[in-house]
Amino acid sequence: MPRLRPYIHPMSFDPEIAAIRFGYGLSPRLAAPESAAAMVAALSGPDTMARTYPIPTIMKFAPQVARIQALQKAKKEGDPTAEARLKAARKESRVVHSEMLAASVARAIESPDGLRERLTRFWADHFTVVGKGPLRLAPAAYVEDAIRPNVTARFADMLKAVVTHPMMLVYLDQVSSVGPGSQFAANRRAKGRSAGLNENLAREVLELHSLGVGGSYDQDDVRQLAELFAGLWANPHKGFTFLQRRGEPGAEEVLGKIYGAEKPRLADIMAALEDIAHHPDTAAHIARKLVVHFVADEPPEALVRHLTARFLDTGGDLMALYTALLEHPEGWVPLQKVKQPFGFTTSALRALGLSGGDIIALDGRAIGWAFTRPWRLMGQPWEQPNGPDGWPEEASHWLTPQGLAVRINWAMELGRLKQITRPDPRTLVEQALGGQAGERIRFAAKAAESVEEGVALVLASPDFQKR
Amino acid sequence: MGKLLLTRRSFLSALGCSAAASPVIAPMAFASAPWDTRFVTIILRGAMDGLDVLRPIGDPHYNALRPTLNTGSLPLGGTGGFWALHPALATLMPMWDRGELGFAHATSTPYRDKRSHFDGQDLLEAGTGFDVGVGAVRDGWLNRMLQTVPGVEADTAFAIGRDDMLLLSGAAPVSNWSPGTRLDLSPQARRLLEMVYDEDPRYKAAVLEALDLTAAIDAAEAAPDDAGDMAMEAMMEGLNANQAHVQMADFAVDRLREDSRIAAFSLNGWDTHGNQQNQLPRALGALAEVLLLLRTGLGPIWQKTGVVVMTEFGRTAGENGTRGTDHGTGGLMIFAGGALKGGQVLGRWPGLAEADLYDRRDLMPTEDVRAYAARAMQGLFGVDETTLGGSIFPGLDFGGAPRFVL
Repeated sequence: MPRLRPYIHPMSFDPEIAAIRFGYGLSPRLAAPESAAAMVAALSGPDTMARTYPIPTIMKFAPQVARIQALQKAKKEGDPTAEARLKAARKESRVVHSEMLAASVARAIESPDGLRERLTRFWADHFTVVGKGPLRLAPAAYVEDAIRPNVTARFADMLKAVVTHPMMLVYLDQVSSVGPGSQFAANRRAKGRSAGLNENLAREVLELHSLGVGGSYDQDDVRQLAELFAGLWANPHKGFTFLQRRGEPGAEEVLGKIYGAEKPRLADIMAALEDIAHHPDTAAHIARKLVVHFVADEPPEALVRHLTARFLDTGGDLMALYTALLEHPEGWVPLQKVKQPFGFTTSALRALGLSGGDIIALDGRAIGWAFTRPWRLMGQPWEQPNGPDGWPEEASHWLTPQGLAVRINWAMELGRLKQITRPDPRTLVEQALGGQAGERIRFAAKAAESVEEGVALVLASPDFQKR
Repeated sequence: MGKLLLTRRSFLSALGCSAAASPVIAPMAFASAPWDTRFVTIILRGAMDGLDVLRPIGDPHYNALRPTLNTGSLPLGGTGGFWALHPALATLMPMWDRGELGFAHATSTPYRDKRSHFDGQDLLEAGTGFDVGVGAVRDGWLNRMLQTVPGVEADTAFAIGRDDMLLLSGAAPVSNWSPGTRLDLSPQARRLLEMVYDEDPRYKAAVLEALDLTAAIDAAEAAPDDAGDMAMEAMMEGLNANQAHVQMADFAVDRLREDSRIAAFSLNGWDTHGNQQNQLPRALGALAEVLLLLRTGLGPIWQKTGVVVMTEFGRTAGENGTRGTDHGTGGLMIFAGGALKGGQVLGRWPGLAEADLYDRRDLMPTEDVRAYAARAMQGLFGVDETTLGGSIFPGLDFGGAPRFVL
């Protein structure tokens, strides 16, 4: 066993930690970040990955959704040819879904600006949607519309984009919520149909998206915000629309402030969202979440305070927030988070030197074998978290015997991907972990019986699971 | 190399711990359990609408509160026409008639007011009072029960499924597994894997458990079928065996027929904000299938089994504007099994008049759901009341919750 110099942790910028903690890991094809400033500069620059591996916007789905709905109707009405055409249309949308998944993975593997990819996933998870009905396969398009362009904007901008996106309005039932005092509701009731509020979106905006469950709001705020939100509406064909006739007449008081007057207006909803976005509890909640996601399950409090202050000072400017995260010594503590399944698999392929193009070239079966199925077995089915709170952060959630067994098996069976040329395991240790590799994994890489097992051991090792 | 390759026992003693980090000590096949009774806990995530599942059709305010959700009710015999079952639970009616299915209405955890699923579930699984603070306790009540019993082995209790379950997390050894997981390694790969995992106790504990469980489960599955298996297989033919709830029930049956005494898992799909009439039957259908699979698969062991089904809170007493229900407070606990006194609805009914509701919107809870879980463990395992109201459910008031174990 070679004696190594004791590793002294820098507690300041380190290229390897930058790539692993704030990106999808090291790659033999791509240089690690040079400095925190370079990382911020890359974020400020053009989004090259979005151009190289495009993902359609939600409105591109509209014709497809319309076609499927028309065919469903035709089938119901007894059109004998509808079934076969419906099957073909559904297959087509599954192909598009598979392509969007591949593009998401390709960006993670190929990106020179890994922080943008990680932030996109972070915010997509913060504002989780699960596809429902005709939009079942469209979450990636939602991320492309509402999340990705706003990753470098203000928090308020992202909040507004999310709350007015068809996917979110459908997912959290806002599309069916109607102001109980509206003429629209009265007309519905006169016809013997029900109409009224649905609190789901209003509650989650306060509880999950902004102030946080410990924040200073109560059931009355939820109710009032739900009344204010009435009128937010969308459908898959037309996209987002504000329907005044469904809004609740009169003013609403949310978090101690009055919004609106007699006529419901979208501007009042936007004003409330702006205020909610700037609330001190929102600043603290977002700061903590970012630190928990990127740095540690038990976040360093000094770092959380640093980010909270920056959020408040800049009115929730997200670039300023990321700068605060990267400039603070506590942002550079030793690697300790456990990679989630998406991050584990993509960082493994990145370390093996695959390119984004290699992923795009995979057929549907290989996508299923390499990603969809193992992610499900590892506990992270693609685009299907249990609820609007997204994926758990705690190491204990991912370090389960069943989850680790699947990670190990996946690493052992990677050879089925013909795009992979397995490197010497000792080389892989260097290109995957560099100075972050412990002596045990260096030893195992040498002692393995075969290249296959050596590569698998490196990727399955605790050192490689950490970020 | 030899220095690095700690054996499992020396690793455990080096850590100076026994149970906490050692999910696997004895070879599973030889484990013996402290009791012969079986206990299954099912967590329904998303807040089941108790008022729709067990409908108070005899309450004068019920129809007005549930104008579109009140169709197809199946009146429950022996309740004086007051209670009816949701039609999606029709297949469970024979279980009620046999006295193997019962309910406790107007239950809740101590959680109040914010109505967050995630905090509500944490408190339900932690089993503490609301005064402790959500998230402050990092072990679950079922694990704390195990901590009070000598002779518990890793396979005494199984948390089943892909997700980590707070309910069974803690210092007592338990097993976590998900049906269908495999781990095939060469002996050399296995040795090296144990070595690289040796540096971090969190990783080490999980990987050793994975290695041992796959071996034990493979061995059990290679054993010849018996009559119980055949009945189970006949039933499963009518179901989609790929569905998670079917796999979990099947796995629970396999384990409970061996040395395991406790199984816990969760079912999703209960957050019915809109169009509840279409959404809820799917979730209820899965729950009914699970209970029937347990009964069929366990065969004679069903008579020694108690199942409790709990959810984080109930939903609003009235329908919302979208033919669904929003987050509420008082809810429903379901119990089943040959060891429990079914065929009855437990609990004090608070009534549905507006003035009787919690916050004038939710069913008023009249009993702590933890009291029923405590009564079940008291009867099934002989845990005494002091321990139940002390370390397991700190500060628990048993209220009027009766003993309901046969």
